[in-house]
Amino acid sequence: MKTFALTRAADSAQAIATAAKATTAQQGAEIRFIGGGTTLIDLMKLNVEQPQTLVDINRLPLDKIETLPDGGLTIGAVVRNSDLAFHPLVKKNYAVLSEALLSGASAQLRNMATTAGNLLQRTRCMYFRATDMPCNKREPGSGCAAITGANRGLAILGSSEHCIATNPSDMNVAMAALEATIHVRGTKGERSIPIAEFHVLPGNTPQRETVLEPGDLITHVTLPPPAAGSRSLYLKLRDRASYEFALASAAVVVTVADGKLTRARIALGGVGTKPWRSTEAESELTGQAPTEAVFRKAADAALRDAKPQSQNGFKVELAKRCLIHALKLATQPA
Amino acid sequence: MPTTQETAITSPIGRKTPRIDGPLKVSGAAHYASDFHFPGMLYAVPVEATIASGRVVKLDTSAAEKMPGVRAIFHRDNIGKISRSALGPGFEGIVDERRPPFEDDVVRYYGQYIALAVADTFESAKAAADAVRATYAKEKHNVDADLKADDEPEEVATTFSPTKRLESERGDAESAFASAPVKLDQTYVTPTEMHNPIELQATTAVWDGERLTIYEESQAIFNLRGVLAQMFGLPKENVRVITKFVGSGFGSKLWPWTHCALAVAAARKLSKPVKLVVSRKMMFQSVGHRPRTQQRVRLGATADGKLVSLHHDYVNHHAILDNYHEDCGEATAFHYSVPNLRVHFGRARRNVGSPTAMRGPGAVPGLYATESAMNELADQLKIDPMRLRVLNEPKIDESLGIPFSSRHFLECLDLGAEKFGWSKRKPEVGSMKQDGLTLGWGMAGAAWVAARFPAEANVQLRDDGTVRVASGTQDIGTGTYTILAQLASEKTGVPLDKIEVVLGDTSLPEGPISGGSMVTGSMVPAVFAAADNAIASLLTIATTTPGTQFEKRKPDDLAFQGGRIFVKADGPAKGVPFADVLRRANIHLATGNGKSEATFGNPKPKFSTHSFGCHFVEVTWQPEIVRLRVSRVVTVIDAGRILNPLAGRNQIEGAVVMGIGMALLEHTHYDPQNGAPINSNLADYMVAVNADVPPIDVHFLDFPDKEINELGARGIGEIGLAGIAAAITAAVHHATGVRVRELPVTIENLLTSSVLS
Repeated sequence: MKTFALTRAADSAQAIATAAKATTAQQGAEIRFIGGGTTLIDLMKLNVEQPQTLVDINRLPLDKIETLPDGGLTIGAVVRNSDLAFHPLVKKNYAVLSEALLSGASAQLRNMATTAGNLLQRTRCMYFRATDMPCNKREPGSGCAAITGANRGLAILGSSEHCIATNPSDMNVAMAALEATIHVRGTKGERSIPIAEFHVLPGNTPQRETVLEPGDLITHVTLPPPAAGSRSLYLKLRDRASYEFALASAAVVVTVADGKLTRARIALGGVGTKPWRSTEAESELTGQAPTEAVFRKAADAALRDAKPQSQNGFKVELAKRCLIHALKLATQPA
Repeated sequence: MPTTQETAITSPIGRKTPRIDGPLKVSGAAHYASDFHFPGMLYAVPVEATIASGRVVKLDTSAAEKMPGVRAIFHRDNIGKISRSALGPGFEGIVDERRPPFEDDVVRYYGQYIALAVADTFESAKAAADAVRATYAKEKHNVDADLKADDEPEEVATTFSPTKRLESERGDAESAFASAPVKLDQTYVTPTEMHNPIELQATTAVWDGERLTIYEESQAIFNLRGVLAQMFGLPKENVRVITKFVGSGFGSKLWPWTHCALAVAAARKLSKPVKLVVSRKMMFQSVGHRPRTQQRVRLGATADGKLVSLHHDYVNHHAILDNYHEDCGEATAFHYSVPNLRVHFGRARRNVGSPTAMRGPGAVPGLYATESAMNELADQLKIDPMRLRVLNEPKIDESLGIPFSSRHFLECLDLGAEKFGWSKRKPEVGSMKQDGLTLGWGMAGAAWVAARFPAEANVQLRDDGTVRVASGTQDIGTGTYTILAQLASEKTGVPLDKIEVVLGDTSLPEGPISGGSMVTGSMVPAVFAAADNAIASLLTIATTTPGTQFEKRKPDDLAFQGGRIFVKADGPAKGVPFADVLRRANIHLATGNGKSEATFGNPKPKFSTHSFGCHFVEVTWQPEIVRLRVSRVVTVIDAGRILNPLAGRNQIEGAVVMGIGMALLEHTHYDPQNGAPINSNLADYMVAVNADVPPIDVHFLDFPDKEINELGARGIGEIGLAGIAAAITAAVHHATGVRVRELPVTIENLLTSSVLS
């Protein structure tokens, strides 16, 4: 770990002004906001992150969960994962989000981790963390040891020849299926970014993971009102029963009316370089009867572009089974 | 059949006894090796090689040396002399990685220490270690997973002594196999496994002139003392090792590792106490592991299931310089009756840190292979796997031609089958269902050696009515403190809360290593003898102290019971508390030493001494999501008399949990690109977590083994891990039809199942 300065922002404006002095808000940022620190401190100990300044935003008034006039929900940036997961409105209207949060990490970590921090959670690719190995995400241009190495846990969707790192967050997958909006305040004012546009594919710049620029502060996330009659759930598959990142996961939000799927929102986790919304699967489902054959077509569509590596080919079938099973559970009679 | 009684026992022996050190542990008052602090103490962090083979050509320490708080950067040019330790008689001078740190400039495994940063704080030392720049002349490393035995002579060196590669042979296994009506020939693989105790290895070294005290989480403090005396050219009596508590070791803390010598050398050079705590990553590199094994098992049998031939040929990897042997044949030669048998091993050198003993060394991977082969043979013969064991139960230890001291394997099977409901098993793959899940059932047998190491103890009866029992052995989390208190209480009648147990200090009488599940069995006679001697001394005091009712009596006229001295003829009611006598005599304490001899390593034993057991396992299988979980385990253990059923159950449950990890999760991945164990953390190297732990139903048979000690208690620390992986993989096969012969069982394996929906 490198020596760093820890400052506490008096208000959002000060936090933004401080962070705006960095040259990037992505890998290698000299200035970082710190919430729960559950990813950042870990990476600082490994020298993967070496910020000179940390700006503590935990005391900013961004810790509320409130109903919006349209029936949606607003979630403050520093709301803890555990508070979010157990919030009555989240459990009632956005079960997929509660389930996704509770499937991740451990109780201790969830008590610390924040909503904004989770949106920015870094990959668990072993080579990203091993500073004596090449990694284009950590050190652009150095190469990718994962493509030629241990890639069992890594991405099969959205990867490039430069990076196959998985986005590890469970929360993000649920947020993608819920079509969350991320609200950012920066040097040029406020803007709202749909989650589908928030994370970017690695391409040839895997060090860039989001659209955030220096000084951008995530203030809150909003969820649209729950679709009438919809059911949602999160299914996570992994080697052991707890405390493991997803090998494949599925967040589904579906509405069945008159024996037909009238609306479907599908996102996959554990398989993509970003939280993987599958509009392809949604198209296969919408207007169809909820049958296994339809689910399978949707799963095939979701994984059509999968590009397996040497050790993670099994994820294609696993992700399909995950989605099919999640759809079965979400559409079976209550 | 007799099983351990857990209620209505008046003696402390056999009573469920909560550990007496529990309050210290839960309140944070128990001091582990890294909890000791001293004025002026410095912190050391090693620099790890980032290649697995080659030479250090240049070490640039200039930037690191200038960093704030840095006291020194040590390397081979400035660390000072560190000698090799040589093997002595008995358990002396034992090291798995015999080359002292920095001895030459050659790197033989990833993570080998090449320098050491010492600073005022841990953070400064870590930053300085990160700032040391090494230039290497790299050579091609070999971390290949496929193991073929290297060319070695038929007698090879091992960590302990020269050993014949032909471990055991009887009859003519080759021709008996060739002519056997039913044959099985399979190879089983176990991956490199890490001990991963939660307590990181740590050394705090304090010099006082030519005297060295080290605080270390050692499973063998006297061996460590001898090794350090040799490495630093000191008389043994100048070295004191203190190990008050160990946050589990599983074997990784049995023999000293190189970080220990580094801390001692740095403390010597800087004339300050130095603390070194290895990182979790280093725990995967330089403090041992269970090596990868590849084991070919050939079984020949008659059509009705009688074994006629057994071959067990195996290879384990070991380090470039060292000679670790994973004795996979530990249980093979005596476990079943078979007239023709051959057990032979080879080894393959790899650029890895030295392997070392891990819980149930040899027997655990070995029994995974041989018990899996028995399960496969049973399926091939279409007979119940339990029945196959019964058919091949030996009357004696056929490898040595001597009787077992106490073998009740068949009773284990009977009780296990009854508790599990094994008779309801339907043999067809995927045929058993419950609550929408497919069930798989499997079983396997277990064995682990039993013996005594030499042991010494001291017991004091004190004038405040308390008892102190002391021995230089260790409590590695298994309950040794409590057992010694129970033993002293049994002999003196003094209740546990008035007994002080002192362990983990080489200034105490020499105790046994905490390895091989032998501490309890070894300590029984030593503590009993010490207590007897202390009581004899007390009775002499009683008869020679003027003014007591015992004056002018002979010691033989007196008895000691329930903490009271009395005249035998008068009965205990007229006795007096022993403290009264001591106070009247103005004597602070009556003391006695006790000693017991080893049975381990006896070249001509009369009996074959082992513990036995079996596991019955249920898994649930959800083919639609490829999810397999262990849902139920019944384990029966025949380990002689169980002195503390509470601690005993805890040992078996923990071992079963470890076995779930072994069967389904654990493996170390050496990256061919740089030779590093790349999954070197507790997220990427997976062990079973709480949510993976099913109901575990543990039963102990109660057949005291008087060949081991007068209470008949054998050890129970390791046997619970023996055989469990074979029982789980059999259950996996029964549920899914997938036969996994290379651990762990993965989702990738299960996706090949024929019953996937």
